[in-house]
Order: sequence, then C-alpha cells, then structure tokens
Amino acid sequence: MHTFSYARPGTLAEAVALLDAYGPDARLLAGGTDLVIRLRDGTLRPSVVIDLKRIAELRPAIREDAGWLTISATTVMTDVAADARVRRHFPALVEAAAVVGSVQIRNRATLAGNVCNASPAADTAPPLLVYGAEVVAAGPAGTRPIPIAEFFVRSGETTLARGELVAAIELPVPRRRMGAVHLRRTRRRGHDLASVTLCCGVDEAGVTRLAYGSVGPRPVLVVDESGVLADRAAPEAAKTAILERMFADASPSPRSMRASPEYRLAMLRVLGRRALRIAIERLAAGE
Amino acid sequence: MSATIPIEITVNGRLRALEVAPHHTLLEVLRDDLQLTGTKECCLVGECGACTVSMDGRIVDSCLVLAVEADGTAVTTVEGLAGDGRLNPLQQAFLDSGAAQCGFCIPGQLMAAHDLLARVPHPTVVEVQEGLAGNLCRCAGYQQITEAVLATAEAADR
Repeated sequence: MHTFSYARPGTLAEAVALLDAYGPDARLLAGGTDLVIRLRDGTLRPSVVIDLKRIAELRPAIREDAGWLTISATTVMTDVAADARVRRHFPALVEAAAVVGSVQIRNRATLAGNVCNASPAADTAPPLLVYGAEVVAAGPAGTRPIPIAEFFVRSGETTLARGELVAAIELPVPRRRMGAVHLRRTRRRGHDLASVTLCCGVDEAGVTRLAYGSVGPRPVLVVDESGVLADRAAPEAAKTAILERMFADASPSPRSMRASPEYRLAMLRVLGRRALRIAIERLAAGE
Repeated sequence: MSATIPIEITVNGRLRALEVAPHHTLLEVLRDDLQLTGTKECCLVGECGACTVSMDGRIVDSCLVLAVEADGTAVTTVEGLAGDGRLNPLQQAFLDSGAAQCGFCIPGQLMAAHDLLARVPHPTVVEVQEGLAGNLCRCAGYQQITEAVLATAEAADR
C-alpha cells in the first residue's frame, strides 16, 4: 500500500473542512471493506484518509425521531440488521443487510458505505429505494437531503457534490401498512456479490414499489400505482404487461463475469414475481 | 506524510503500545510487529477469512482494518484462544474431527467458529455454514469443520 496521512476528525465540521480542502485527494473511511482493498491495489491513491468513526455527531448509530429513522454513516450492517426499530419498520432492509458479505464484513461494512460505493449490485440499495430513503449530505454549506432515487449515477459515482459527505441515511417510517421482501441471486450461497438483487413492497393502498440492482449501471426503482399488481384477483396478462414495463429499465452488462445478460433478465423476472407474491402474503399476514 | 502514529491495542489481554504507519493494516502489525503469526495473510480482499481476528468482541478481516483504526480496541487472535497451555475445546474438537488438513485456514476458521458459538451456543448446520461463510478452506474440509463446531456445542452441555 502506498502511504497516506490519516485524519480522525472529532466533529462533522472538521471532516467536511478536510474534505473540502483536499477534494479528490481525500478518501473517507467508515468500514473500509471497499476502501482498503482499493488502497492496496492502487486504484485509489489519496493523500489523506479521513476516518469518520470518532465523529461525535454520528452517534448514536440509529435514532428514531418524528416519523423518521436515522441511521448514521458509521453504522455497520450487523447493527442495522439487529436493531429492533429497523426490524419492525423495514424488514426488507434487514434481509438485505444480513446477506452483505460475511459475518466479518458485516461487522465492519456500513450502510452508508454500501450506498456511497454506488455499486449497481449493492444489496441495500433496492430496499432503501422501496422505502423511500433519503441520504443526508453534509457539506460546507450545511446539510441537504438527497432522495435515494436521485443519488446513484453509475458504479462508484453519486450526485454528492465536492466537499460533501454522507452523514446519515434517513428512512420515513411507513404510514401505510406494507409487506416487503428482499431477494437476490448469487453464484453461490453465502459470501458473494449478487447477479440480481431486488426488493418489492406492496402497501395497503395497492401501491407496488419494485427496485432492482445488478442489472444495469445503477439500481432502479419502479412504481405501480394502478393497484393491479397488488390485486391477487387481477388477470395474469394484465400483471405481466405491467411487470414487463417495470423491467424495461434493466440493461445488464454483457462483460460481467458473474452472469450473462440473458440469465440476469430471466432471473429478474423470476425474482420479481416471487418477491411480489411474498410481499402480498406478508402484507396480508401483517408481517 | 508517512509519519508513524502511536496507538494502543490490547492484544490477547496484554496492552501493547505501538508506532504504526497509517497504511499498515492490523494484520501486518499483528504478524510483523507483534510476531503473532497465527493470523494468516491470504486473499487480502476480505473473501477468505484467513486473517480473522476478534476486535472488541466482533470478528473482522484484519487485512481490511488499518492498524490505526484498532487504536483503543481489544483484539483476540488465535494465539489467545488457548489458556494455561491447554487447547480451547473448539481447538481440541478441530483436532479430534480431523478438521485441519493443510491447516492454513484453521486460525481464521477457529476465530469465526468461536464467535459463532458465543452468539449462537447451539447452532444448526445451516447456522454453522452461514457463520463460517466468510472463511474458505481450499482443502474443502468443510464437513469436518462443521462437525467440530457442532461437537463443541454439544459437549458444552455436558
């Protein structure tokens, strides 16, 4: 690994000031499960690494306030998956956080890092899209919320501006009852990146939200407000037509090692239908 | 720029004060500075688990942790499992089950299995597989490793 200097700011303002001063020569460190790999292989050569883990404002890890759950930037997947409030309100996010990497990875990898890395295969992206999460960006001009649907650009690229960092992910506690599920396809069980990663949420008003990743440059959210998908009695042909329109934004890369475009598109349809069925069942069961 | 940084880590119960470079990992410091070579270097991308250690009660891939990040933490390595010259029951079960073939992955497997049993004292086979999913064995001794973990859980009741 090439050398760099290490900064451990104690406040968000210090971190933002460092990031603003160094610009692209700085990299942020939360869990390090992506960063350290790229520091070692030389694809990233920052002059300073800014460790966010001692920032006072990023504690507590998770708090609930006025109908929103706030998950701070340094909260690891293990803690996201174990938190009673996350489990109660956002079970599909729990399912996604619980399959990222291995135990060792989940003990270090953060939800915010998964989002900032902007991998199209990020497992937590689909549930965050379905639940309508917002990314809290902190910068020299203060903080601003970015709807997660407007956050991802392509692998490794987000709509964060220079000098901005993600301080937290905020999730609105659903006001309507919702059934939701996260599913994915991997080459092997256990520790692997997804060939398709997907979340479906159906609420009591009949709105179906479907988000999928690893089948294009960024994760996609599509919404059906017609009520047809959520209706178990609706004709199959009508559902198929809507689902096909919802999958139209999938454009898997032909160069990926993990799966062919044909396989991904086929599995997207299989998982999409399966997730819809499970989400409807969970809504009915009140889970 | 590359000045060293003073850190303190409690390693296997003993407080160690060290000067580390910012780009050195916990793995490098354990092996090279503290000569604790039980922890292995292998894939260096967080997939194989050979470098697994426990940090403040949670297992991590030490190849993905900068040593400076471990400042103020308590780290347990495989050398910390045995006490008073006696093997930990899990280590004995690995021996009894023939779980170690070439042995290279075993320190990491032991740390992950030890962590699993602390969280889930009576795991199912699936829970053992999931708990050890971050540890690869290139000899493919998974069946014996799983048996050793289950046998340890069972014996703890007696």
